[in-house]
Parts: sequence; structure tokens; C-alpha cells
Amino acid sequence: MPDPVVLLDRVSRTFAGTTPVHALRHVDFRLEAGEYVSVVGPSGSGKSTLLHVLGLLDEPTDGLYFLDGINVALINDAERTGLRGDRIGFVFQDFHLLRHRTVTENVLTALLYNRFPRRERHGAAVEALERVGLGHRMDQTTDKLSGGERQRVAIARAIVSRPSLLLADEPTGNLDTATSESVLEVFDDLRSDGLTLVVVTHDETVSAHAARHVRMVDGFLSETTSGRGTR
Amino acid sequence: MTLLGQPPPSVVRPHLAFRDLVAESVTSLLARPGRSLLTILGTVLGIGAIVATLGLSKTAGNQIVTRFDALAATSVTVTQRNEFGWFGPSQQTVNLIPWDAEDRIKRLNGVLAAGIKSNVSADGQLTRSVPINDPLAQTEFAINLVAVSPGLFDIAQAELRSGRFFDEGHSLRADPVAVIGRSAAQRLNLDRVDHQPAIFVGDVTLIVIGIIEEVAREPSLLDAVVIPNGTARKLFDLNGIDEVQIRTEIGAAQLIGSQAATALYPNEPNRLRVAVPPDPRAVKGAVEEDVNALFLVLGGVSLLIGAIGIANVTLVSVLERVGEIGLRRSVGAARRHIAAQFLVESAAMGFIGGIVGASGGVLVVVAVSATRTWTPVLDPWIPLGAPALGIVVGLLAGLYPALKASRLEPVEALRAGL
Ligand SMILES: Nc1ncnc2c1ncn2[C@@H]1O[C@H](COP(=O)(O)OP(=O)(O)OP(=O)(O)O)[C@@H](O)[C@H]1O
Ligand SMILES: [Mg+2]
Repeated sequence: MPDPVVLLDRVSRTFAGTTPVHALRHVDFRLEAGEYVSVVGPSGSGKSTLLHVLGLLDEPTDGLYFLDGINVALINDAERTGLRGDRIGFVFQDFHLLRHRTVTENVLTALLYNRFPRRERHGAAVEALERVGLGHRMDQTTDKLSGGERQRVAIARAIVSRPSLLLADEPTGNLDTATSESVLEVFDDLRSDGLTLVVVTHDETVSAHAARHVRMVDGFLSETTSGRGTR
Repeated sequence: MTLLGQPPPSVVRPHLAFRDLVAESVTSLLARPGRSLLTILGTVLGIGAIVATLGLSKTAGNQIVTRFDALAATSVTVTQRNEFGWFGPSQQTVNLIPWDAEDRIKRLNGVLAAGIKSNVSADGQLTRSVPINDPLAQTEFAINLVAVSPGLFDIAQAELRSGRFFDEGHSLRADPVAVIGRSAAQRLNLDRVDHQPAIFVGDVTLIVIGIIEEVAREPSLLDAVVIPNGTARKLFDLNGIDEVQIRTEIGAAQLIGSQAATALYPNEPNRLRVAVPPDPRAVKGAVEEDVNALFLVLGGVSLLIGAIGIANVTLVSVLERVGEIGLRRSVGAARRHIAAQFLVESAAMGFIGGIVGASGGVLVVVAVSATRTWTPVLDPWIPLGAPALGIVVGLLAGLYPALKASRLEPVEALRAGL
């Protein structure tokens, strides 16, 4: 049996301070390859923190995290960074595109730091952009794009390095219903190709696209459907 | 999977090809060309000032050497030091310069001409010429009487209007002959010497054998009655030589200056005073130093301001690009890649500033030289060194902002910036 993409074993994340904040409390979480999970929960419940831990942007203060079977506490900071660039794609609510740069250049930034073969870079960027339906916008600077188009560029950037895990934090939070739908279609499409997806959202319709749903409340994680491990 | 979780060898370390680093940095700079140009302005001015300073001082120094008065640069004068006795200064107590001074000096290597010259005191006697045409006109004048060796005509580069110079023979025989300057001739109402006119200094009769029309040096000869040394000694009781004048080959003045006193008075050479022209190389060095010191300080100050400018803008740009930094970290950039990008960006700005500044500086040197009809001179390392200096300035300026950028935590950076 292959390693799960994600295995959290009683992971906690506490922000120290005068009143310490327990953003994650003893979270157990297992994610198999190809799963599409939505994370819902009230504001401040720890959804973003969970995503940061999963994406190696943040470290647990307690518990173990295995990414593709690798105990990330046993590798150093540089190796975690390498792992992040190699196996994880992020999609943010506010896109985080480089202004003044073209769509293709934005997608290519995800291939700069992970030894992606130079000759294959452009082809991969084109392929990722066609995937999100932006094959015709490649030389546009990102300032001129609509919100939905920007988010699709961000998705293309997140998938161009062929990660094993795609993490999206409120990907439709800045989009209207129609453009949200175009982004969700891309996610459905990616899932059917076998990509593992974790999408944090407030929106029920977004959550409905996922096969599995978890809920965060006050740092605790709970499953809301018994869809664990299903496709 | 093992719970011990041995990291498999498949973990890739983050890596950024140098080519990609430079391309990313340059693209970032070009994305905002206006701001980048403003940023390098200080560096341009600083490096421009330094290059212009070095070039101009070199050019000016060179000019001083080539334009240095060739006559003055080859002249050495030996006089007797004033000896201060118990009762104040008393002149010419002893005659230290020998009468054969001209021959002694001419024996030195590098001497082109030598001559001696003394003022003869004729006890206030006036000079007149015959005939006295107009009894009412002034006929007697106070005209300087000067004794020289024939070599002095050579040194003065005297040209005759009429007649000839006296020679060593006249001096040895103490012939009562004189050569007079053109002003003296005018006053004495003499125009030609073919009828051997006589003049009278006190009660001594001298035959004028030549009239000097022009001299390159020793203009006092033009208004003097010039007689041979021997004549002066015999007829006017001249008992000492005032000065020895020497013309040397170009570049030999310093050497002759150091030998002349010994040649003239071997026993106590330092009782003679030797005047040599300032060493042109020393003059050049001194000028370069003066100009350099002043303007290099100015250039350094503007360069410092330039560096602060780059540092400032890079720092602002780090703050503005916090989101970009977070994004790059999220796609796998290590801290050092973030630092490297900002360093390369500031170094590139310094480099461009160096090139533009050096070009401007060279233009200034050429323009100033053109208006003065000088030959512009520039050390070849300057145009090469300037961009290197720019890079160093840029790197130093970028150090702190780059460090600051690399220390940002990715989560914070992503949260803070858009
Ligand atoms: N760097 C930090 N320092 C201190 N507390 C923090 C930090 N980051 C997050 N927190 C706290 O941790 C808790 C969880 O934050 P998190 O951003 O994960 O919530 P969230 O579920 O994503 O909320 P939202 O839906 O509003 O985005 C919050 O109480 C937050 O204030
Ligand atoms: Mg959040």
C-alpha cells in the first residue's frame, strides 16, 4: 500500500504569547492520493494554520507530520523548502501574482527553484495554462486579467510543477458566483486526473464539489461525512 | 512508511540556477525602469565625479609637464650666499666664485651654455657719448654697467642689431670695449657701430662694438652697458662675481644643480646658493594630489549618497514586495535565493550606475580638454574599474535589505503582502 500523501499524528500548533493561541489541537488527519477534501469552519478556527502546516510553511509545535511518508521534522529547513517547491502547490485567496509580469512568467516562477528541466519549462507552463483554459492569454500582463482569470493563473502556477498536493485557501473568496464556478470546474478536472486537493472555504457550494468534508472548530478537526478514503 | 520516518533520498534541495537568478532580477528591474533609473542617479553622479576627477587631474598634470616653460626648466643659477657677519649683512666680503667659473661649469655633462654676470659699480658715474650735438639736450645718463663672460650672451639668447659680441680675447686683454642694449643705445643716441663710436663711463672710454636688439632672457641687458670681465676688473676694479647662469639639457637641471656648487667651490660648496627650477614631475604630482584630494572626497561623498539611495530604494522595494517574497518562498525559494535576488538587483543597479557614471565622467574630461585644447588622458583601469566599483557599491547597499528580505517568515510575508 502506498504511503498516504498526508498523515498528521496528534498535531498541535500553538502560537506563543501573553495568551497562547491553540490554532491546532491534537489533529489526526490522513489523506490518500487523489482525495478531494474541503475544510470548513468558523473564522479563527485554524483552517489556514492547518493548510500552512500541510504546506510546510509552518511547523507543528507538537505531533508528527508525514508528507509522502517523509517525517518532515527530521529534515532541515532547506530540505523542507525543497519539498515544498517540489510537491506542494498553493492557491491563495488573493492570488499573489507578480504584477507587471506576463501570465507565462508568473507560472514559470514555480519552476525556478526545484530543478525542473529548463527545456521542459515552457512546455509545462503552456500545458498548465491550457489546462485552466488560459491558453490564449499567455503573453498578457496579469494587471489586465479579470479576477477569475487571475485565480486560474494562480492554479496553473500551483500545478505546473506537478505537485502531489494542492492546497487552496479560500480560492473563490474574492470571486463572484459565476467566476467561482469556472475555478471549481478546474478543480474537478484536476481531481479527476488524480491530484490530491485540500480546499479551505466558507462557501457551501464550493464545499459541495469535494468528496470529503472536514470541519475545524477552535483548533479541533472533525470529519463531517464518512467519506474517508473514498474516491 | 516507517514511523521513524527516515527521509528518503528523493528530497530535492532547493536550487536556483545563476542564469535564472540574473534573469529574474533584471526582469524585476526592467518592470519599473523609471524607478530603477532614479535609484541609480546617486551612483551615476558619484562615480561620474570620481572618474572626471581622476581624468581631469591626470590630464591637467600632463599638461603642466608639456607646457612647463622649457627655458625655465633648464635654467640653473648659482649665486653667493649672503654672509651675515657680526655687524649685519655684509656683501661680497670674500669672492667665492672663481673667475674661470664658465669653463668649470661647461665641463659638466648636460650643460649647454654657461655665463657669469656681475653688476659693476662705477661709483655713480654717468655715461655719455660723443658728439654732443645739442648743448641743451641731456647727454649724461645713469646706465647700468654690467660685466659678463661671453657665454652669457648665449644664455640670454641675445640678438645683435649691429656689430658683434666681445669674446674671451677682449676679456683677457682687458680691451676697453662694450656691447650696449637697444634702450641704452637709444638714450645715448647711438644707432650703428660701423664707425666705432666711443662712450664715456666716468672718465673711462669704451668703444661700442655691438648693439643688442633682443634677448630671450636677462632683459636688463637691454638697458645696460655690457663689458668683458677682464675689462671690468682692470678698469672698474670688479672684485667678485654676482652670479653664474647655466642652461642645461632638458631634464638635466636637477642633476647640474646638485653638481654646480661643488664644481665652483669644492671646499665649501654649501656657501653657494644654487637655484634650480622645480622638478616638473614633482609639480605634476603635487597638482594631481591637490586636485585629487579635493574632488575624490566629493566623489566619495556623492558615491556614499548614491549607495544610501540604492539601499533606501531596495529597502522600500523589499517592503513593497513582501507578498512576492512570500510567494517565492511558497514555490520553493530558500532564504538565500531571496537574499540573492535582492543583492543581484542592487548590484545590477550599481553596475549600470558605474557604466553610466564612467561614461559621463569621460565625457566631462573630453569636453573640458576640448575647451582648453588639452590632450585628454585617462588611466585605462578607470573605465574598467568604475563599473566594478558600482557593483561593489550596489552589493554593499543591498546587503541589509537582502538580509531583511530573507529573514521574513513565509506565512507572515504571504499574509502581509498582496
Ligand atoms: N502568527 C500568529 N500569531 C499568533 N496567533 C496567530 C498567528 N496566526 C494565526 N493566529 C491565530 O490562530 C488562530 C487560527 O488562525 P487561522 O488563520 O488559522 O484561522 P482561520 O480558520 O483561517 O480563520 P479565517 O477563516 O478567518 O481565515 C486565530 O485565532 C489566529 O488569531
Ligand atoms: Mg484563514
